[in-house]
Amino acid sequence: MSKQPAAVVGIGQTHHRAKREDVSMAGLCREAIDRALVDADMTFDDIDAVVVGKAPDLFEGVMMPELFLAEAIGAVGKPLLRVHTAGSVGGSTAIVAASLVQSGVHKRVLSVAFEKQSESNAMWALSVPVPFIMPVHAGAGGYFAPHVRSYIRRSGAPSNIGAIVAAKDRQNALKNPYAHLKNPGTTVESVLASQMLWDPIRYDETCPSSDGACALVIADADTAASIDSPAWIHATAMRSEPTTASERDQVNPRAGRDAAAQLWKQAGITDPRREIDCAEIYVPFSWFEPMWLENLGFAEEGSGWRLSEAGVTALGGDLPVNMSGGVLSSNPIGASGMLRFAEAALQVRGRAGEHQVDGARRALGHAYGGGSQFFAMWVVGAEPPPG
Amino acid sequence: MTRDVAVVGFAQRQMKEFDGSPTCVELLVPIFQECYDQTGFTRHDIGFWCSGSSDYLAGRSFSFVSAVDAIGALPPVNESHVEMDAAWALYEAWLKIRTGEIDTAIVYGFGKASASTLRRTLALQLDPYTMTPLWPDTVSIAALQARLGLDAGLWDEKALAEVAQRSLSDAESNEHAVRRGGSSVEQLLDRALYADPLRKHDIAPVSDGAAAIVLAADDRARAASDRPAWITGIAHHIDPLHLGARDLTTSASARRSARAAGTTGVQVAELHAPFSHQELILRTALELGPDVVINPSGGALTSNPLFTAGLNRIGEAARRIWDGSADSALGHATSGPVLQQNLVCTMSSESNL
Amino acid sequence: MSRTLSQPVTVAFDYTRSTGPVLGNFFSCLRDRVIVGGRTSSGAVLVPPLEYDPVTHQATTDFVPVGPGGVLTSWTWVPEPVLGQPFDRPFAWALVTFDGADAPMLLALDADYGSIRTGMRVSVRWADERTGAITDIACVEAEVEVREAPRPRSQSTPVTGIVTPVSLDYLYAASPEESAFFSALAQGRIIGQRCPVCHHVYVPPRGACPVDGVPTMDAVELAHTGTVTTFCIVNVPFLGQKIAPPYVAAYVLLDGADIAIQHLVQGIAADEVRMGMRVEAVWRPREEWGTTIENIAHFRPTGEPDADYETYRRHL
Repeated sequence: MSKQPAAVVGIGQTHHRAKREDVSMAGLCREAIDRALVDADMTFDDIDAVVVGKAPDLFEGVMMPELFLAEAIGAVGKPLLRVHTAGSVGGSTAIVAASLVQSGVHKRVLSVAFEKQSESNAMWALSVPVPFIMPVHAGAGGYFAPHVRSYIRRSGAPSNIGAIVAAKDRQNALKNPYAHLKNPGTTVESVLASQMLWDPIRYDETCPSSDGACALVIADADTAASIDSPAWIHATAMRSEPTTASERDQVNPRAGRDAAAQLWKQAGITDPRREIDCAEIYVPFSWFEPMWLENLGFAEEGSGWRLSEAGVTALGGDLPVNMSGGVLSSNPIGASGMLRFAEAALQVRGRAGEHQVDGARRALGHAYGGGSQFFAMWVVGAEPPPG
Repeated sequence: MTRDVAVVGFAQRQMKEFDGSPTCVELLVPIFQECYDQTGFTRHDIGFWCSGSSDYLAGRSFSFVSAVDAIGALPPVNESHVEMDAAWALYEAWLKIRTGEIDTAIVYGFGKASASTLRRTLALQLDPYTMTPLWPDTVSIAALQARLGLDAGLWDEKALAEVAQRSLSDAESNEHAVRRGGSSVEQLLDRALYADPLRKHDIAPVSDGAAAIVLAADDRARAASDRPAWITGIAHHIDPLHLGARDLTTSASARRSARAAGTTGVQVAELHAPFSHQELILRTALELGPDVVINPSGGALTSNPLFTAGLNRIGEAARRIWDGSADSALGHATSGPVLQQNLVCTMSSESNL
Repeated sequence: MSRTLSQPVTVAFDYTRSTGPVLGNFFSCLRDRVIVGGRTSSGAVLVPPLEYDPVTHQATTDFVPVGPGGVLTSWTWVPEPVLGQPFDRPFAWALVTFDGADAPMLLALDADYGSIRTGMRVSVRWADERTGAITDIACVEAEVEVREAPRPRSQSTPVTGIVTPVSLDYLYAASPEESAFFSALAQGRIIGQRCPVCHHVYVPPRGACPVDGVPTMDAVELAHTGTVTTFCIVNVPFLGQKIAPPYVAAYVLLDGADIAIQHLVQGIAADEVRMGMRVEAVWRPREEWGTTIENIAHFRPTGEPDADYETYRRHL
């Protein structure tokens, strides 16, 4: 059987903040879901199945929170799946939801991903001590900083690239009404002047900790054809590899390269740099923009930083990256991947508002997780997929 | 036109207390090897991997991450994970095969429930605002459900003991069971009450374990197995958690799933019922007649490794097809407090096509 | 001797939950010794209120005082209470349908085992100190007196959040391969194991070679010297941190190993640590050794010339 076409027909997200003390977990999810349903011109009655994504349960201190949330998110009496693939989970969740439609099992699927990080402390939840070993790396920043150092060594990138990316993403966030961080004064110079947290990563080069949710309604071709400007799913890919392995490339992981290769092939893309109009890439630490540009095949290995430096990835550039402000400006971990996928869909629907890329027809949404080992990505387009 | 998907391999390990790591990598390595031996596949033949497990069983975030090592995941693999019983991982893999993206998959689950006090840990599955702060244990919540049915005359103590007696007797021929050995209904009823009205034999034992199932489509399935267990229906649904918002003596989600999957002609059913009375609820909800053989493996009352126990039911049911003892079998999985979420998978020796 | 090493670990955090308006109202009322249910669109009163209606999916807005008396709808006995439950002695759990409600809720029941009957009348016993949380209801007990009428709402600030301590005790076990590694550390040795397929030396040894999916096997005694492949300088303090910042967290490729381990580099100013720097293990005094990597206090420079980039390039 050939795969059934599927499209994003509804997109919703919360106003992301450090602490959304005005809502419960259910309320947070509903803020995103209700917006997605309105966008899709649907009600819960139109939904066949629900897919929930979230990062570790220790963040909220609830084991499988989708169980208690089932009623509030309209899943009762329906199939409910809960995906957890570390930081890539928001992306994986959208892909699982897409599979429900592409397999011909359902016609209209609601996917929602969230994190209410203010219920606990992410650094704590990620650093629960393991007996016999010593916790030396200090959270996600401490984990990734050595690999950023490796990238700088391997590529010979100037030391200000991370600051260029951070300043760009924070400026983009000013155009996004939902973004968490809104710091108009952020410049390359101010980023370089911020505290060095996990040398070589500075404070302003790191993502915030946010409460937030994102929801997508994914539907079959008939439904999509009946609405204005659906975002057609042209390709999806997931790849995983071990956290640590002898001679594993941790700067340019093979799982990311393999996923991208399969993605471009599936989408019929031979030159992503020319054929993709804009990309929303999971960049929790600014240096990961050039690293992922190479991993995804937008740039030769060792040269991704040249695109960032030359302004190619700026909103007005040739290949805009992280138009929404990205993970660097809003990071409800479980939802962060889906927010990337959602932004790609918003762009090809022409509904990204002030951060719209003119004429965006094909866009990439990308997420990664764990120790750069889990990858999920999709390509969405304004036209139905060929074939 | 749709693709046919079959269960062609199944391996399991269960024990009362596993002394190894909470990632269960040591269990998964030989389990995967058994899957390869059964099917003739190597890991490079597998198009998709999907697992089910819980961070709260392991006591740490991202507990599933290390399990990927057991695959040997370089070159990288197409892989996903659900924070659910691996029966739902099987559902995700089944979807992927149906899209035509892949032809084969291994789904696996693992959990070390003995690492903490399980019935207390599971209080974190309840409403975090109005229930978890009281730390209601899962055994008690099931006992409340059992009494509702007793008081309503839907079942009696003897019916519960009959379920336990049959399960313990059947488990004698299951090398994987962690509790086995029947006596008689009378002797079981003579035993002391524990969580009144439940006795200890009405309550699944805390179990550790891991398991894996191999799925394959069409000709790949025929090549891997002499008698594939073709999936003829698979469906799952969820009920509300709120104990006042549903009738606890029935299972609407199980009934809905059974009707969606289609249970006509089922000869053998493996039901994931961690408490004696829940088997009775499920038999009614699934509309299984008296001629259907229930839980020939001994079922969850004799071994209940969380996050694989549901997958095991599908595997055990598939084995009845493979060995020719049944032409049509059903595997059921449950998740959440008192049968909140249910999955039904029906299999047949005949493909749909 | 046991095949594996194990050690207790406690996972504990006081979660701060924002309640949203529906549960916030429920908790505000509890603080005032009033139980409210929520009326659904079908007319049923559920306690606690659902945040969203099961049919219309709109937020619950119709709150109805219920109780404090009610009927025991179901019950069970807890012979072995677990930590955190309302009583630390045997007690009962109950499904209680409060007067005015259409469905039961779960609460503890304080009563003699032999006196409990389905259908008996019960009433709420309030906690002495109430904070606006479910624990404001201490339990229910057999109804003995004329029950009080619900009191009017007080004027204090509505409840918007609760704090829920979650503390779980686990017994953490290392894999057999890791256990061999930690046991060797207790003897002042660093051992790796070789994968029988790819022959790479893993330290610590692994239950599965992540490339080949088979356990690492033959033990390899490793040198206590190695090369810093890459590192970061941790300047940030965080909750649960054991080491005071700033410190250098480095990947050290031990001589003879095919994978780097993470450890501290000290004995040199943090900003002088380099990729390729040669280092050696500094062990704590022998009397402090246990089965832990912490037997090695840190690594320090050997003073040798830096390793050539080519020797560790494939380990980045």
